[in-house]
Amino acid sequence: MKIAHNPSDSEPILSRSDLVMIADMIPENAKVLDLGCGSGRLLRVLKARKNARIMGVELDQEKLIQCMERGVPVIQADLNEPLSLFADASYDYVILSRTLQAVKRPDLILQEMLRIGGKGIISIMNFGQLDARMQMLKGHMPVTKRLPLKWYDTPNIHPGMLSDFRDMCREKGIKILKELPVSQHRDFLRFLAPVCPNLFASNAIFVISK
Amino acid sequence: MEENTTTEKIFPPGSVGLVKSQDFHFAPGEVLELDCGRTLRDVTIRFETYGTLNADKSNVILVEHALTGDAHLAGYHTAADKKPGWWEEMVGPGKPFDTNKFFIICSNILGGCSGTTGPGSPDPDTGKPYHMDFPVITISDMVRAQKHLIDHLGIKKLLAVAGGSMGGMLAIQWPISYPDVVESCLAIATSSKISPQSIAFNWIGREAIMSDPTWNNGDYTEQPQKGLSIARMLAHVTYLSDQSMSRKFGRKLQTAEDYSFKFDMDFSVESYLNHQGTRFVERFDANSYLYITRAIDYFDVSDSADGDEHKVFEKVKCPFLVVSFSSDWLFPPYQAKELTRLLLENGNDVTYCDIKSHYGHDAFLLEYETLGKLVDNFLDNIYKEKEGK
Repeated sequence: MKIAHNPSDSEPILSRSDLVMIADMIPENAKVLDLGCGSGRLLRVLKARKNARIMGVELDQEKLIQCMERGVPVIQADLNEPLSLFADASYDYVILSRTLQAVKRPDLILQEMLRIGGKGIISIMNFGQLDARMQMLKGHMPVTKRLPLKWYDTPNIHPGMLSDFRDMCREKGIKILKELPVSQHRDFLRFLAPVCPNLFASNAIFVISK
Repeated sequence: MEENTTTEKIFPPGSVGLVKSQDFHFAPGEVLELDCGRTLRDVTIRFETYGTLNADKSNVILVEHALTGDAHLAGYHTAADKKPGWWEEMVGPGKPFDTNKFFIICSNILGGCSGTTGPGSPDPDTGKPYHMDFPVITISDMVRAQKHLIDHLGIKKLLAVAGGSMGGMLAIQWPISYPDVVESCLAIATSSKISPQSIAFNWIGREAIMSDPTWNNGDYTEQPQKGLSIARMLAHVTYLSDQSMSRKFGRKLQTAEDYSFKFDMDFSVESYLNHQGTRFVERFDANSYLYITRAIDYFDVSDSADGDEHKVFEKVKCPFLVVSFSSDWLFPPYQAKELTRLLLENGNDVTYCDIKSHYGHDAFLLEYETLGKLVDNFLDNIYKEKEGK
């Protein structure tokens, strides 16, 4: 079943293109853990449409309550610490969406994901996109519509490009099973994203395994 | 609070208003089996109910009180009552434990001194109070006693069992003892097993009581005032936090401008504790305190699975809400996380939240706003799921 934008649908919908793509990847009845699940939108969709066994992890108390309002079970935990609440191989899929660049140790959280789940699905922001590179050529760290905060107060403490992510996976012995570039309407030259994602995609989704 | 001279008191909005306690007496021949091997007969259980039981008896929530609580969960016994029940802010029409939807039961625990059979009750064999002849009871004994009450009321399912502190232990024990009865569990500021630190505090509290000469091996007519109030003062400190005490008292002196250079109550915090100790003696029984704290010491869910914590929840399939409070040092958040870990491992739906609070353990009676939202949403989901079926 395809999950896409459908405003007339009474079922929950996703407005972020990367979340739609992630939702499409999850098979029916899977056990899914979403790290940094926010207000639980993705998990709600997965429960409603894929009959997934869902669980969220979120640090923010307000968002946690929003999860509960959606009927999404959620554990309050900090992704900068080991996720010792979760047993080895206890989920089919562990999702980390647009959070990797904000954790203290991206490599360690990937290892935690693959300890807990059979497969990891990561959506990452690409700091190597053309507009960001142009700004760096001008001599400054990028501040764009997509990345509006300055270098000193951004939560994105590990800006990386898609190529950097691939390198890290190789170094850590993590298999990349799939890579899907994601582009958005406002992205410059978005039709080139599939050809050269590192330069033209604003995000990418990787499916990884041990 | 404003005194009302008329007999018709207007209760605050959202209150259940006037409520009555009821007593359930075991039928002749009905016995309560205890973990220690002994049995009790002629047991009385005091309870209160709020809201309306629906036709198929499917909207029942059992709320468990803490160590020194009672069955008076919400509302007022008389129009002249100055204080409502102990969880008034959480229970009532439109409140998280919504009496418009749910039928809520709260009962005084076995071993207590507020209407339910305890060491101060008459032993049917002798007609005299049990005192120290009362059997040493456990949390699961308390739960088993409540099951007799639930059966008596003709209730087959509990939509939820909820409790904070020791009440949380009863809430956790319920689905372990009766997995087919309990449909969800709310475990607040509690633990699946008591830590050595808590056992240590309980020990000192009991030592204070038992070393008071007026305790007289439990055979007293007047409470051993000094011992019981010391036990309470010690326990009360464990319910607060360094931060909450600093905020509430600082180094403020109670009356004098300067130190007395004697050993009287100079500081506000001393005077406060003294007041808490004195008030406690007026409403609580020393022997009950001994028996209940002992039951707390013995609480370890893995006992129900021959020490194997991984098997404890094997038959328990219901969803859980687990809540801790960041400054609680009597039941620190790591203990709630440990419970959460066991439940996740068992495959239960769990929601866990560590509420930021400076109130220490007492936060479960004070942080209504966040706790209220968590409870409200959790129960709402359980209720909807049930209605949907």
